[in-house]
Amino acid sequence: MSGRKIFNTIISVIAAVVVLASAYMGLTKPYLARSAGGSGWSNNNSVTQIKRRGYIRIGVYGDLPPYGWVNSQGKRVGFDLRLARELAKELGVKPRFTQLNGNNRVDALNSNKVDMVLANFTKTPERAEVVDFAHPYMKVSTGVVSPKSHPITSEKQLRGKQLILLKGSTGENYFANRPGIKLLRFDSETQQFNAMKNKRGAALADDNSYLYAWIKKNPQYVVGIRSIGPHQFIAPAVKKGNKSLLKWTNKQINRLTAEGFFKKDYQIELKPYFGKGIVPSDILLK
Amino acid sequence: MAHSGINVLFSGSNFDRLLVGLWTSIWIAALSIIIGLLIGTIFGVLRTMPNKIIRCILRVYMEIFRILPSVVLLYLVYYILPRSLHINWPGTWMAVLAFSLWVAAEFSDIVRGALQSVPLAQKESGLALGLSKMQLFLYVLLPQAFKLELPATINLATRVIKTTSILMLISVMDVINVGQQIIEANNQKFPTGVFWVYGLIFFFYFILDYPLSVWAKSLMAKQK
Repeated sequence: MSGRKIFNTIISVIAAVVVLASAYMGLTKPYLARSAGGSGWSNNNSVTQIKRRGYIRIGVYGDLPPYGWVNSQGKRVGFDLRLARELAKELGVKPRFTQLNGNNRVDALNSNKVDMVLANFTKTPERAEVVDFAHPYMKVSTGVVSPKSHPITSEKQLRGKQLILLKGSTGENYFANRPGIKLLRFDSETQQFNAMKNKRGAALADDNSYLYAWIKKNPQYVVGIRSIGPHQFIAPAVKKGNKSLLKWTNKQINRLTAEGFFKKDYQIELKPYFGKGIVPSDILLK
Repeated sequence: MAHSGINVLFSGSNFDRLLVGLWTSIWIAALSIIIGLLIGTIFGVLRTMPNKIIRCILRVYMEIFRILPSVVLLYLVYYILPRSLHINWPGTWMAVLAFSLWVAAEFSDIVRGALQSVPLAQKESGLALGLSKMQLFLYVLLPQAFKLELPATINLATRVIKTTSILMLISVMDVINVGQQIIEANNQKFPTGVFWVYGLIFFFYFILDYPLSVWAKSLMAKQK
């Protein structure tokens, strides 16, 4: 046999092994990576109907720790997931999760793939036209991070200095109209944080919820300005016109806020990821 | 090497999860290919018929599905179709539907080409022997066309397997989607995990596609 033939035979044997192993895993342990389940088409996903069918379909993130992600045991966890399970428990039904990404959250609701989206969904006027947002459970705004040695604690200090920003972020929108600040824009999170580490600017502005997590890994920096510009709110969303579920969700958010559920959720899911000095009221509503 | 990135693959059930994801990709690809080949054969045969209207419709169908990027096709089938037709299957079955239609379109052209390239003398000899149209088809045209279309079909199969990588768009937990989860969940503990997870995914796709492409090559060599 020629060398190439031996190589091809070995490759084919490995291929067979990989296919058989994946088939074995796929057939015996499908719960490790379960795909989105479907259900018959029905436009009526009212609370009564969800209760009757015995499960609620919730769209979540699978790759955004600590809000919605999957741990190494294959279990969906995070701040949003704890809320999702709590809501399902209150309804007396099982939650069925569908993993969404930033671009298909609206379509998943409108095409009736999910009953509710709990995926770090920021309420904006444009989105509110096409889906119904319930009461918010989290707030985010732009924060400014700077080195501990030269902390920036007010917008005044930024005058005449370079500020690092992410293109298309809320922070960019805000600072574009402020006088006297030189903006340095980047395409990705990784790029902008690298620029900060390389001292390309005096400070960096981004969503404060990301900055709180970033300073945990980079303790030589501090979020000098925790909140600047308009607040934005993160809320559960339901399909446009699903009044029954919207009303029920609003009631639950009010109840959970009053009972301190979100504070508990914060302590368990978010606190380990956030840097020192961040308190629940930086991100929760009350 | 306590924090070497390769450990990301073996911590918890990460490796098993990637295999489960891979199986999702494999069965969707395999089922779509089988269904697509069956429909494609019928369409391909119909396209060699003299009826102009059928030929025209199938030609348009083929062109549309061949031109449409698979991403667009998946999106249409999963998000747009349910709104107007009020059907709501799981993402995996919608993927099988979209891929089958696509494979059928591509394969119908392969079948048509193969049938038409069977030498005319073969057809005439068959007719001279007194075979009926059906017999001519089953015993003369199809066996010869089959040999001609095999390499192109295998190439199509490798393309389908590769295209399963876009399934994460419609919330199917394929190997890429699971890989993404693992990368993001372990970003803090294993910063170099990205390399290993995508490395393993590369290996998976290579190991599935390489034998197929070798097979297609050897078949082509035999035909010459």
